[in-house]
Amino acid sequence: MMNQLVWLGQSGIENLRQLGKTGLLLFHVVFSPPHWRKNFPLVVQQVYAEGVLSLLIIIVSSLFIGMVLALQGYHTLAKFGASQQLGPLVALSVARELGPVVTAILFAGRAGSAVTAEIGLMKATEQLSSMEMMAVDPLRRVISPRFWGGFISMPLLTMIFNMTAIYGAYLVGVKWLGVDGGVFWSNMQSSVEFHADIVNGILKSMVFGVAVIWIAVAQGYFAVPTAAGIASATTRSVVYASLTVLGLDFVLTAMMIGEW
Amino acid sequence: MLPQRYIETLVGLFLLFAILALTVLAFKVSGLTNLFPAKTYLVTAEFDEIGGLKVRSAVKIGGVQVGEVSKIALDPVTYRAVVTLAIDDRYNDIPDDSSAGIFTSGLLGDNYIAITPMYNKTFLKNGSQIEMTRSAMVLEKLIGQFLYKIGNSGNDSNANSNANSNEKGDKHANQ
Repeated sequence: MMNQLVWLGQSGIENLRQLGKTGLLLFHVVFSPPHWRKNFPLVVQQVYAEGVLSLLIIIVSSLFIGMVLALQGYHTLAKFGASQQLGPLVALSVARELGPVVTAILFAGRAGSAVTAEIGLMKATEQLSSMEMMAVDPLRRVISPRFWGGFISMPLLTMIFNMTAIYGAYLVGVKWLGVDGGVFWSNMQSSVEFHADIVNGILKSMVFGVAVIWIAVAQGYFAVPTAAGIASATTRSVVYASLTVLGLDFVLTAMMIGEW
Repeated sequence: MLPQRYIETLVGLFLLFAILALTVLAFKVSGLTNLFPAKTYLVTAEFDEIGGLKVRSAVKIGGVQVGEVSKIALDPVTYRAVVTLAIDDRYNDIPDDSSAGIFTSGLLGDNYIAITPMYNKTFLKNGSQIEMTRSAMVLEKLIGQFLYKIGNSGNDSNANSNANSNEKGDKHANQ
């Protein structure tokens, strides 16, 4: 009984300590005065590694998600004789939910895991310590560019995801299933709001971007510096990021619908 | 490692692509025509029954949208719905004795407010109230009344004696 109590207290303190450490890490990354001129090329490199290289998976998956959404939606809507509402169905579900969430989960798998593994390996091979020896701050040189690169890439990837998904729905709905093109676009335009739907979707994706890249960076930075440690840190990075995104999505949606 | 210049070019293209996507989303998908909301003035109208009217429902004159519903509240004394309409500044010459009614687009569509202009030479301005209003027709109520009448007319043929009660019922249904 006493032992279990001790164990509970220990694990509670340990979890809090981890949370505090990751919080401090985020604080340092965000508020340590960035040398924009010196760090800008590094951030650009990270936008390339995390954003541009994720484009392929984002475009392919969004195209297919849009297409399958149109296919499923068309057959369900046709039962009620409402197949001309296909445009709003696809556009609203993509812009509000699927775009930010699926992009964030793909981003966690494609870029977040890579960032964790890279930083973890840097730590295991003592590159971070040797940077400190050379009076180079690893937070500023390694962690911060990766964080900002991910933060910049996420909303951009979401915008591209939204556009290609709607184009995929257009291909299936209009070109294949024969919904009238004018009806498709005009119904979409009359029910999609720029501020309420699209801007809120992009705001969501920014929050998800911070969450995903923060988890990735922290898991890498605090990884146990062994092969097994890096493996479990990479796994945890993807799992935690996906769960956080799904949980945050509910909270954000509730906030946005509740007159925010 | 790729040369920095190449990476920067690709990142630039990526940014351009994303901005293009946002433009498409704004103009093609959400039909955004003006980035900043148009200047409006607020007019109130009181209704007995607003049916399914919502904030952001359309306000139309002759089928042309001139504004939208910006607020719906309940008057605590009279228990009537106070609807605030935000009307586009371009339409600043609506006579102030105009009437407002709540209609439904299509049989089961959204509710909207239609303003019927009258002939006064003074115009609606910010803060003025539309006095003449017509409440929403609530389909369920109409069907209820209709069924009530059918039931009563069926009784009518077989029993003359309770004509008196039928009259009462009709009156009640017509209220």
